[in-house]
Amino acid sequence: MIKFVLMVNRQGQTRLSRYYHSVELSRRAALEADVVRYCLSRKKDQCSFVEYKDFKVVYRQYAALYIVVGITDSENELSIYELVHNFVEVLDKYFSRVSELDIMFNLDRVHIILDEMIQNGHIVETNKSRILAPLTAIDKMVES
Amino acid sequence: MALKIVKGSIDRMFDKNLQDLVRGIRNHKEDEAKYISTCIDEIKQELKQDNIAVKANAVCKLTYLQMLGYDVSWAAFNIVEVMSSSKFTYKRIGYLAASQCFHENTDVIMLTTNQIRKDLSSPNQYDTGVALTGLSCFVTPDLARDLANDIMTLMSHTKPYIRKKAVLIMYKVFLKYPESLRPAFPRLKEKLEDPDPGVQSAAVNVICELARRNPKNYLSLAPLFFKLMTSSTNNWVLIKIIKLFGALTPLEPRLGKKLIEPLTNLIHRSFSSRVLIFIRFVFLNLLIKNCSHSDVIVSFCYITVLISLSSGMPNHSASIQVMKYLGLLAMSKILKTHPKSVQSHKDLILQCLDDKDESIRLRALDLLYGMVSKKNLMEIVKKLMIHVDKAEGTTYRDELLTKIIDICSQSNYQYITNFEWYISILVELTRLEGTRHGHLIASQMLDVAIRVKAIRAFAVAQMATLLDNAHLLTGNMQRNGICEVLYAAAWICGEFSEHLENPVQTLEAMLRPKVATLPGHIQAVYVQNAAKLFATILKNQEGNTDSTAAQETSQLMIDRLPLFVQSANLEVQERASCILQLVKYIQKLQQKDVEVAEEVSALFAGELNPVAPKAQKKVPVPEGLDLDAWINEPPSESESEDEQPKAIFTKEEPKHSRPRHTEVDEKELARRREARKQEQANNPFYIKASPSSQKVYQETPGVEHIPVVQIDLSVPLKVPGLPMSDQYVKLEEERRQKERAEKKKKEKKKRKEKRSGRGKKHDSGPESEEDITPAHVVDIVTEEMPENALPSDDDDKDPNDPHKALDIDLDKPLADSEKLPVRSHRAAGAPKSPAEDGEAENATPQEPKKKSSKEKRDKKKDKERDRKVRLRCWKHSPPSGRKSDSRSAQSEGRTKSSKHKKKKQKKEKEEKEKKKKKKHHHHHHHSDGGGEESVQNGTVEEEEPLPVSVCDIQGNLQDGSQVVVSVIFENKSDSFLKSMEFNVLDSLNSKLQRPEGSGPHDGLTVPFQLPPGVSNEARFVFTVQSIVMPQKLKGTLTFIVKDSSTHEKLDFKLHFTCTSYLITTPCYSDAFAKLLESGDLKSSSVRLEGVNMPFHHLLARICFHHHFSVVERIDSCASMYSRSIQGHHVCLLVKTSGQTVSIDAKCDEPTLLGNVLDEIKQTFSQC
Repeated sequence: MIKFVLMVNRQGQTRLSRYYHSVELSRRAALEADVVRYCLSRKKDQCSFVEYKDFKVVYRQYAALYIVVGITDSENELSIYELVHNFVEVLDKYFSRVSELDIMFNLDRVHIILDEMIQNGHIVETNKSRILAPLTAIDKMVES
Repeated sequence: MALKIVKGSIDRMFDKNLQDLVRGIRNHKEDEAKYISTCIDEIKQELKQDNIAVKANAVCKLTYLQMLGYDVSWAAFNIVEVMSSSKFTYKRIGYLAASQCFHENTDVIMLTTNQIRKDLSSPNQYDTGVALTGLSCFVTPDLARDLANDIMTLMSHTKPYIRKKAVLIMYKVFLKYPESLRPAFPRLKEKLEDPDPGVQSAAVNVICELARRNPKNYLSLAPLFFKLMTSSTNNWVLIKIIKLFGALTPLEPRLGKKLIEPLTNLIHRSFSSRVLIFIRFVFLNLLIKNCSHSDVIVSFCYITVLISLSSGMPNHSASIQVMKYLGLLAMSKILKTHPKSVQSHKDLILQCLDDKDESIRLRALDLLYGMVSKKNLMEIVKKLMIHVDKAEGTTYRDELLTKIIDICSQSNYQYITNFEWYISILVELTRLEGTRHGHLIASQMLDVAIRVKAIRAFAVAQMATLLDNAHLLTGNMQRNGICEVLYAAAWICGEFSEHLENPVQTLEAMLRPKVATLPGHIQAVYVQNAAKLFATILKNQEGNTDSTAAQETSQLMIDRLPLFVQSANLEVQERASCILQLVKYIQKLQQKDVEVAEEVSALFAGELNPVAPKAQKKVPVPEGLDLDAWINEPPSESESEDEQPKAIFTKEEPKHSRPRHTEVDEKELARRREARKQEQANNPFYIKASPSSQKVYQETPGVEHIPVVQIDLSVPLKVPGLPMSDQYVKLEEERRQKERAEKKKKEKKKRKEKRSGRGKKHDSGPESEEDITPAHVVDIVTEEMPENALPSDDDDKDPNDPHKALDIDLDKPLADSEKLPVRSHRAAGAPKSPAEDGEAENATPQEPKKKSSKEKRDKKKDKERDRKVRLRCWKHSPPSGRKSDSRSAQSEGRTKSSKHKKKKQKKEKEEKEKKKKKKHHHHHHHSDGGGEESVQNGTVEEEEPLPVSVCDIQGNLQDGSQVVVSVIFENKSDSFLKSMEFNVLDSLNSKLQRPEGSGPHDGLTVPFQLPPGVSNEARFVFTVQSIVMPQKLKGTLTFIVKDSSTHEKLDFKLHFTCTSYLITTPCYSDAFAKLLESGDLKSSSVRLEGVNMPFHHLLARICFHHHFSVVERIDSCASMYSRSIQGHHVCLLVKTSGQTVSIDAKCDEPTLLGNVLDEIKQTFSQC
């Protein structure tokens, strides 16, 4: 099961966070800081998996942005590793060449995409066009 | 002008949306906190406005701030407001905020139940979708219970988009409300075969998670999954399926064999490099579990792993590292089933220990744990020791340290052949600076010294040197975890002091002034063991003629102990002053030349046996002993306040200790617990359950800030005089060689004696495990357990596992009581029905009466399952599409001519009418404005020749003249049905209420369409004039089959029984008596023969089917009461004797009474 998804930049600023199990707000900040520090300290040629306390962290770096996913032991690391890439591809498709700013200014949309892909900690959808279908529908709705 | 300004400011408020906030925060890098606090103030203002758009915008900004770590729980109510907006764009924002901010304890969640329910049933699929997504984040047990049924209905929604979300969220619902699992499971199973792959994958996901508990429930699904596995192309789904198989194969060994082929196919199928690797590792994880019987696969997995491992060697790009990591992970799984094959790759794994990536090193370390054998333990540990020296980060070094200890101590020191070597390894580990695991080493030392008797002399010698060189270990001792080992060293030296070569020197070392800087609990052990040592020394010295030596020792004690008497630590102080007085007394005796050694050493006589950590827990509680009960009456508060905890040195033996005071308040308990913990921590006789209970070391938050004491380099870092473990490796090697040589010699001798050529080639083969004999004859004392320990296997079960509740047997057929609760409206002040709080089936006579509508529907479905099977043979009959016909033929396996079916259909119709009658007594309670009468229902029966089946009908009465009939339409055909019209031929008495302006014969449009396999409910209102007679209304349902565009017609009958006009009304016995005495009632009676059921069942049946309530029951006689919607009283007196039941009834309307009695009779004639 996926425990949380974070998007952080090199400075350690959180750009998106989504928790699939309840974590107290006060502990979230500490957890994020800790996990992120751990990931940022790793070099590019090190593998994408980190064991952190009682769970695992899968992260990938895209330019200055890190996508960090916390998973339970029973989850398959590689499937998450690929999911992260898939997520970025979807973002790329929607924002056409996604950048950190896109994510910052369209946080709610990114959330919609993420919600389409992951629901209560499980992968629901990986097909790009199907993920984006609701979002395009919403965009049309807003325009009209 | 003023207006303009106001308007302008509002506009500006409007303007500041999320983008502006983000931009603003970026522009205020220096005073971000201040900027945000002004923003929050603005948001608070915005939330006060009535405009929902402004509110939504504010909530959107709050969501962002929440992400940044600001508490926004104060806006919870506003979030709910935005959630309930009718506009999707706002609703979405509300739900997003809720899913981010709400958690189980948010109290406003209670307010959302109805909103969520509304959204779930919204015609807009995105409304439903957003509600489902949101719900998955904050579902509480209450929400789960209330919404389970709604979500279950959504599982068969027309849109796959909704279906897949509904399926997935069911898992969350199961977790929060495990009772829902059994009723929902059949539908979940159906979803595995859903036409939409997304829904399939969601169902696979859920079942895969469920299968973690009680996988045997899902064994029957294996063929289905097998099919899915071979057909699915979605890698993520495949992963889940195979994971599920991983859980199933241990239960069904044949499955593993079957899987080999498709799995190999899959691996070959996925050819492109990324997918190949992707798939491959996924399978590895699972194959390994599956293929215990197939070496082919193992070797195949293997090769793959090795390729990735070795291909990673030359260059270290990230993706290669990923492979390496996964390879090692896979290996650790192979290790569990095929340890031998992994062991042969020891070198490769050891090589990974050198990797610069810590994750990989940790994985490799994990592998080592399973790879050691008697043969290679020393070698592996030696390598690890080298790494310990090289490791730079403390975390990794600590990890190494724990691993070394884990590896060596695993399965009761199984692989250690030479304990001297192990002790020296432990001693070497003490050289680690700044480790947190001093206590771990200490406990190992204690454990080995206590349990391996043969090693004691050696251990004591080592510990003595350690004590002697304590200054090396304790450079900056207070913060240094390693000084923990001194605790063990002191205790070992004291307890086994008879092995000491030079006890006086050790005593001296123990009483050095510097000891006073050690942590309190260690000092305490020092003091105590100094006393033990003292006793031993006295014993040795008294034999000598020279008594001065003994007196000198006493003097030494007397000189040094005062230092400890002054200790700030209470424990140390107490022990020290105690012992000091003792020694002073001894000294006095010595001066009188009295022999005291015997008595002094008697103080510490007796052997200590190791006790298993779980032993205490396993002591069975003797029969009749209630530990929670008061032994004496609880005395008054005041006494206990100044009660001291028990003296620290008395051993607690519950048998002897008389209960001095039993009054124990919380504080006192806590204090005692604390005292006991303290005592246990300091008491060397107490073997700790786990080292972690001892929180003695201090966390070092910033290691950099600790002043590093430079050690004089002329002193070698090795503790002088300590044998290095390396020596042992060499020694061991030599010893083994010698042994081997000896064996060879023997072999040769034998051969010579035999002079035959068929000698076994002992020398050429590698040494087998058994050949290695331990260097010492070691007796590892097993830990003691209580004599009649309970064999409890619950040790490994984690009570906090959220999945524990899902350990449910799904194979049992559903009981009637297992229904998902469904919302029911309740008239204000209506009595709560017992059925709603208790699920007990046969409990009260009133039992299931008021179960709410949908619940009933399910129930009925169950009850009528047998009948449905029968009905199915004509359900799909012509004149509808051929398509459905062929399918029905297929599924039923028998075809009949359509004419025949039609005939049959008519017959069954009649039969059904009767049956239905007693089954539809459902009602909705309508709290309809100002305390109106609660309502009653009508019953309806229907026929279902065509692909539409009217599955359930509920009636509802209000105001004495209105009946609400709920009809559930279920499409059982394969075609899409639309434009449904519902029409009833009005009678004089009963009329279907039609919208104004429509003619008396117009049908009502059913407000939905029905895709195949979907059911939905519509309600129709009837006006009824007289209720004294039952009646039937004929009706038709017309609809269009989408595929063939044909108009179809379905006839049915609505049956309003008299019973259905009755309302369950409680009545008190005195009121009941008055009513009977009044004489206004006409009486009538009926006898039922051959009723073969317990009396309370009979009453329950009448209550349930005919809406009565029991007024009074005396033995086999009961009085019952009910009231019609038009206020007629109906009283029954039911008596039973043997199989005969007589019912005397009174009512102010004889016709009604007659009909009700007829209906009751009918009910019982059918059972």
